[in-house]
Amino acid sequence: MSAPLEHSGFSWRGQALRHGSSRLDRIEPRARILALASFAFVAVLSQSLSVLVMALLMSISLAVVARLDIKRVWRRILAVDLFILLLLISLPFTTPGEPVFEWRQFSASEEGLIHALQIGLKANAVLLAGLTLLGTLSANQLGTGLAGLRVPEKIVHLMLFSVRYMDVIGRELKKMRRAMRARGFVACTNWHTWRATGYLIGMLFVRSLDRAERVHKAMKCRGFDGRFFLLPTPPWQTRDSYFLGVWLLALAALCLGGLQ
Amino acid sequence: MHIVDGALSNEILAIGAVVGALGVAKGLRDMDYEQMPVTALLASVFFVASYIHLPVGVSSIHLILNGLIGLALGWAAFPALLVALLLQAVFFGFGGFLVLGVNLINIAIPAVLVGLLLRHALAITTQKRQLAMLGALAGGGAVTLTAFMVAGTLALNGDAFLPAAKLAFLSSLPLVVIEAAVTAAAVALIGQVKPELFAVAARTSS
Repeated sequence: MSAPLEHSGFSWRGQALRHGSSRLDRIEPRARILALASFAFVAVLSQSLSVLVMALLMSISLAVVARLDIKRVWRRILAVDLFILLLLISLPFTTPGEPVFEWRQFSASEEGLIHALQIGLKANAVLLAGLTLLGTLSANQLGTGLAGLRVPEKIVHLMLFSVRYMDVIGRELKKMRRAMRARGFVACTNWHTWRATGYLIGMLFVRSLDRAERVHKAMKCRGFDGRFFLLPTPPWQTRDSYFLGVWLLALAALCLGGLQ
Repeated sequence: MHIVDGALSNEILAIGAVVGALGVAKGLRDMDYEQMPVTALLASVFFVASYIHLPVGVSSIHLILNGLIGLALGWAAFPALLVALLLQAVFFGFGGFLVLGVNLINIAIPAVLVGLLLRHALAITTQKRQLAMLGALAGGGAVTLTAFMVAGTLALNGDAFLPAAKLAFLSSLPLVVIEAAVTAAAVALIGQVKPELFAVAARTSS
C-alpha cells in the first residue's frame, strides 16, 4: 500500500499531538498564550547557558505534567533538530576564537561551540513549551484565546476558516491520491510526476473552491454576514491567575539567576 | 525554509516582526469578508502542501507554493501565510514563535511580489501555454526569492553563518525547478477550468 510519495505525515490528523488528560487542560487558553509568549522572550533573549538549560528543564517538566505522548513529541523534536543540525555543525568551525579541538585542517572554536549550543537549547526549549502549552489546545480554543487577547477578529476568523478547510482539503487530497494510485501513479524525479502533482493541486483547489462557494452561498441564504459568533471565552479563574503567577515568578527567577 | 527560534539576532527578529505586521495590516485591509473563504482556502493549501513530499534522488522535498498563493491572493497572502505558519508552529513545531515575523516575510514578500507583477497578465489569457509559462515564472521566481531571503537572513547574522546560508541556498535549488513545474501545471489547469479565480483576484486588489 505504501507508495514512495506517501509520507508518514500525509494526513495531518495522524501527526497531531496526543496527550493524556492533565491539570494543564483546565488552564484557560489566554493564560497559556501569555505563558508561552513570556517564556519565548526569556528563552530567546537570554545568553547564559545555565539559564537556557534551566529553561529547557522547565519546559520538559511542563510537558511531563501535561502528559504529552512522548513518541509523537520526540518525532517532532527530531524533525526540527535534524533541520538545525546543519547550522550547529558548521558554526564551531566558522566562528573565529579559541580553538577547542581540531578535525583535519579545521579547528573548532569555543565561541562557536557555545553559540551552537545556545541555538540548540533555545530552539528545543521554545519548541517543547509551544507544543505543551498551545499544541494541546484545540484550534477552536486557540482561536477564542487569541480573540480574548484582542488579536484582530479577521485573523481569528481566518484561522477558524482555515482549520475547517484543512480538514476538507486533506480529505479531498486523500481521495484524489487514492484515485492516482489506482491508476498506477508512482512519484519519481521527473516531469511527469511534477505535472501530475501540479494538476493534483490545481484540481484540489478548484474542487475545494467550488465546495467553499456552495457552502458560503448556503450560509448567506441563512443570514450569515461573514462573521462567526465566537463562543464566549471561558471566564478567567483563580487557578489561571495562580498558574500564570507561578510561571512568571519562575521566569523572573531564571532571569535573576542569569544576571548574577 | 523555516528558521527556528534562537538562531537569529534580536535586531533581525525585530525587523521581521515589524515588517510582517505591516504586511499583515495591509493584507487585512485589502481582504473583506467576501474574500475570506478563498484566503482561508489558500492558507490551508499551503499547510497541506507541506505534506506532499516529492522524491529528489534518494531524498525528498516538500512544496511551498508561495507563487500560487501570491497569484491568487496578492496582499492577502500575508494574513493567509501568517495563519498557516502559526498553526504549523503550534501544532507541528515547525519554525518558532519569535521568528514568526521573519519566517512570514521570507515566504510572503516573494508571494506578494509575484502576485503584483504577474496577476494582470494572468487575468487576460486563457491559453494553456501562456498560463503554464506564467505559472512557471511565478512558482520558480517566488521560491528563488524565498531561498535567497532565507540565506540572506542567516548571512546577516554574522560571517560565521555564511557557509550555512550558502548551503541552505544551494539545497533549495532543486525545489526551484520542481516548484516551477508544479505551479505551471497547477496554474494552467486553474486558468482553464476556473479562470474567474485569477480574474477576480486581479480586479479586487491592485
